Amino acid sequence: METTSSREVILKGIRYSNLFLIKQEAEAPQIPVFQRADTPLKPEFEVHLQKAGGVAHDVSSVAEVETKLAVLHPEAMVICSAVPEIAGTRKVTEVHDPHELADVDVGIVRAQFGVAESGAVWLTQEDLVVDALGFLSQHLIVLLDPNEIVSDMHAAYLRVRLDETAFGCFMMGPSATADVEATLVHGAQGARSLNIFFLPPM
Amino acid sequence: MSNTKKADPAAAAELFILRDQVHEPMHDRFLWATMQRRDAQAAAIPEWEELRELASKIKEHTLTHLDHYLEEFEANATKRGAHIHWAIDAAEHNTIVHSILESHGVKELIKSKSMLQEECQMTPFLQNRGIKVIESDLGERIQQLDGQPPSHIVFPSIHKTRRDVAQLFARKIGTDPNNDDPHFLTEVMRNNARPRFLAAGAGMTGGNFAIAETGTFMVCTNEGNADIGASVPPLHIASIGIEKLVPRVEDMGVFLRLLARSAEGEPLTQYSSHFTGPRKGGELHIVLVDNGRSRRLGMPDFWHSLKCIRCGACMNTCPVYRRSGGLAYGATYSGPIGVILDPTFDEFKYSELPFHSTLCGSCTDVCPVKIDISDQIFKWRRVMAKKGYLPLVKRLAFAAAGRAFGHPEEFRLMEEAGGPALGYAPDFLLYNHSLNPWGRDRQLPQPAKKTFREWYLANRSEHGND
Ligand code: SF4
Repeated sequence: METTSSREVILKGIRYSNLFLIKQEAEAPQIPVFQRADTPLKPEFEVHLQKAGGVAHDVSSVAEVETKLAVLHPEAMVICSAVPEIAGTRKVTEVHDPHELADVDVGIVRAQFGVAESGAVWLTQEDLVVDALGFLSQHLIVLLDPNEIVSDMHAAYLRVRLDETAFGCFMMGPSATADVEATLVHGAQGARSLNIFFLPPM
Repeated sequence: MSNTKKADPAAAAELFILRDQVHEPMHDRFLWATMQRRDAQAAAIPEWEELRELASKIKEHTLTHLDHYLEEFEANATKRGAHIHWAIDAAEHNTIVHSILESHGVKELIKSKSMLQEECQMTPFLQNRGIKVIESDLGERIQQLDGQPPSHIVFPSIHKTRRDVAQLFARKIGTDPNNDDPHFLTEVMRNNARPRFLAAGAGMTGGNFAIAETGTFMVCTNEGNADIGASVPPLHIASIGIEKLVPRVEDMGVFLRLLARSAEGEPLTQYSSHFTGPRKGGELHIVLVDNGRSRRLGMPDFWHSLKCIRCGACMNTCPVYRRSGGLAYGATYSGPIGVILDPTFDEFKYSELPFHSTLCGSCTDVCPVKIDISDQIFKWRRVMAKKGYLPLVKRLAFAAAGRAFGHPEEFRLMEEAGGPALGYAPDFLLYNHSLNPWGRDRQLPQPAKKTFREWYLANRSEHGND
């Protein structure tokens, strides 16, 4: 079989080439714990989210989220929700094929946690239910527990469980491009806007 | 040895510079601004240098145990339901991709940016076999519509003005040639791409990193185009160079903190996506590609180039790249990283490239994985000299510098004094443009207590045009 032999050729080639190199490191280096200033994480998260083109909102109830949602997206026809708190016009659990999400105006999801140093949130296949909800929706609403913010990417990867999900994404604000004359434009291919509501799960 | 024509970067760069008073200064300005954002990000992280050192060490460790980590990656990805393929070279990569597409009856494919697929010349291969291939990254799509390769590994169409793009879209898509608003042009492409994402039988991506511990690969984009391509069509094919491996999940903390800060001066790209096996209801194929990498690994002087994470910082900081434009290099990879990678594919064809540099060392200073880029450029010059591939341009200038060239110690001394920077670079790159501070200030840094980059940063900012 062609692939089996190519595999052997490549691995043999690597082993042969490695003979010419000094193996400095028997083990991968330890990654130290970097000291962090003891500043609150939520304001830092908000600053970075804003730089990335996202907007954060403090809310105290689901009703408030729904009111703000109506103000933010008054023209939305299809609101597809992946969270139990908000029904929207379509439940993502009833979607069988990602193509059905092509008409979604607003997608609503809950992120597991946020990262202060970038303003990114971690979303997995389990949170999105159908991965494409995070990318075909014209606009995204993300619910985030304000107590679930970690400082940096080192802390973030301690929480990420790649062995438990087929898809996971650090999403930092809405889709963006600067491919025409280095001018920043949001809404290149993915979401045009991303609003985060600080709300612990019910 | 190839009988192809030599790439002549100096002549091509001259065309770019002489074309008009718009393109080259704009290119220079954009990349310089990107570099300044990168510097600000690096300065804001106290452990920045430690991260660079860690990244370098992790890559060195991985590359010296690459057979082990590839097998671990393969086992874990397979366990999660991905199909793994191995390709010795570009031809095998393309054949594998084609046969997967053919067996699934795919006629239309949407892809995100992948320098490896560029390297393999995959698109023409598939198009010749009746498969429609659409680029979904805006810059990549602009280049595809214009029949050009990407000119930068991160910003593929950075050498084009908004006017160029407006006119291109008018010709190819029928939009208003006078509307050159980047918001409008981006919206045009969004609306143009949507139906294609929905119609495509397969999505293709590259991979920025592959994690052995979990069988995961990662893709970073700003547009989310790779994610649409991976989450909508039923079939996802990823092309991944064998050097992209890292051992552990925790290593990604180091690399992601460095990558986008170095590439574009942002803490992350908008999307950093992790694929571990196929998505629910989907099918995933991963093609692991060698194409000269295992051979490069055995080159004691050059194997460190395999640490590259394709951030493009070395290009943005390079005074020669910024003024030449990426297309001038006539190769898949341009800028300093291109100068050290391209000759490993074809020494004769790319024999000019190592001379398209000032050896200023700025690339080495900014590289997030600490590749000794400028030293490698110098070593490639010696390889070319030994093989008798004399540079086409500026033979005289080169001959004048020959004394130092033949005496490495003397050369080092000159280099430390900042001398050869001007000695080796084609003159027009340095002098012919009144707007460029590089050419305006002909004073060499004396004494060279700072590194060249430090001097250049200080010198350039004095001119205050950014
Ligand atoms: S050589 Fe270094 S600076 Fe250049 S693209 Fe690669 S990682 Fe980035």
